[in-house]
Amino acid sequence: MADIAFLLLIFFLVTTTMDIDTGIARRLPPPLPENVDPPDVKDRNIFTVLVSKSDRLMIDGKPGDIRALKDQAKEFLANPANSIDLPEKEMKQIDYLGEVSVSKGIISLKNDRGTSYDMYIQVQDALTAAVSELRDELSMEKFGIKFTDLSNQDYIDAIKSAIPVSISEAEPENIGDN
Amino acid sequence: MGRFGIKKQKGTPGISTSSLPDIIFMLLFFFMVATTMRETTPLVKVSPPYAFEVQKLEKKSLVSYIMIGPPSNKKLGTESRIQLNDRLATTDDIQNFIIAERESRDEIDRKFLTTSLKVDKEVKMGIVTDVKQELRQIGAFKINYSTRKGVNK
Repeated sequence: MADIAFLLLIFFLVTTTMDIDTGIARRLPPPLPENVDPPDVKDRNIFTVLVSKSDRLMIDGKPGDIRALKDQAKEFLANPANSIDLPEKEMKQIDYLGEVSVSKGIISLKNDRGTSYDMYIQVQDALTAAVSELRDELSMEKFGIKFTDLSNQDYIDAIKSAIPVSISEAEPENIGDN
Repeated sequence: MGRFGIKKQKGTPGISTSSLPDIIFMLLFFFMVATTMRETTPLVKVSPPYAFEVQKLEKKSLVSYIMIGPPSNKKLGTESRIQLNDRLATTDDIQNFIIAERESRDEIDRKFLTTSLKVDKEVKMGIVTDVKQELRQIGAFKINYSTRKGVNK
């Protein structure tokens, strides 16, 4: 009996792969109808992130750094000082949260066809981090626990609608490097 | 006198092995439960990038995988290729692949289908974008960029 168990044990030991699939979840936008122009968005509401083919960043028209991207994105989305250069806010009534200001800011991400996937993921990661930190802060303020620790689906949905992941990806093109 | 003499202790007593099968069975069941069999043989090399904001991919049965990376077979060159199921494919095959994946699932589950993009970190975005455009066309909007948690080395 023990021999058979040993045999099976060794078989499963060898075949086991312990990798849990993890990743960054995203939702692709539906394809645009051909004869519809994309809606106009005010300049102050857009935060452009360009990634060149040699993996260099251009953040809002200025050369940027990947390490600073998260904080810049966070400041853009939160607009704590109600600066007129940063996005407008809209007061919205959301269940469980009451009246909250929802940013109209959109992060526009554009990459070159030659950008490496690694860099793209790092940019996506930084932007996701900015959103999830803001969500954590709002959740701490309203419910006293972090967003990631929330278990009530209604609360999760409320926070999600207060701070949406508004990342828009442009169709890529060959952006010149120099 | 000898009858009541103290028995001589012969070394230390061996460890009882009677519970060994139980332990082995316990391990066996653990590995049986934890094992996920690899369904496809990878034809492309994928070493995913690292990121911090990762989420676990739920409901494995509702995930279809698209792998992109340089082919493992050196004869095929180093240009990145797409692997769907067990064969190398081009971007034109993606729509049919998604349709086939949808058809193999229950009707109720179809809208929860997620496409996991397992892409090597050296791959250029051009091919990834082409794949994403195909997925948009066919309406597979839920995607997941496969990454590992941690810092880039």
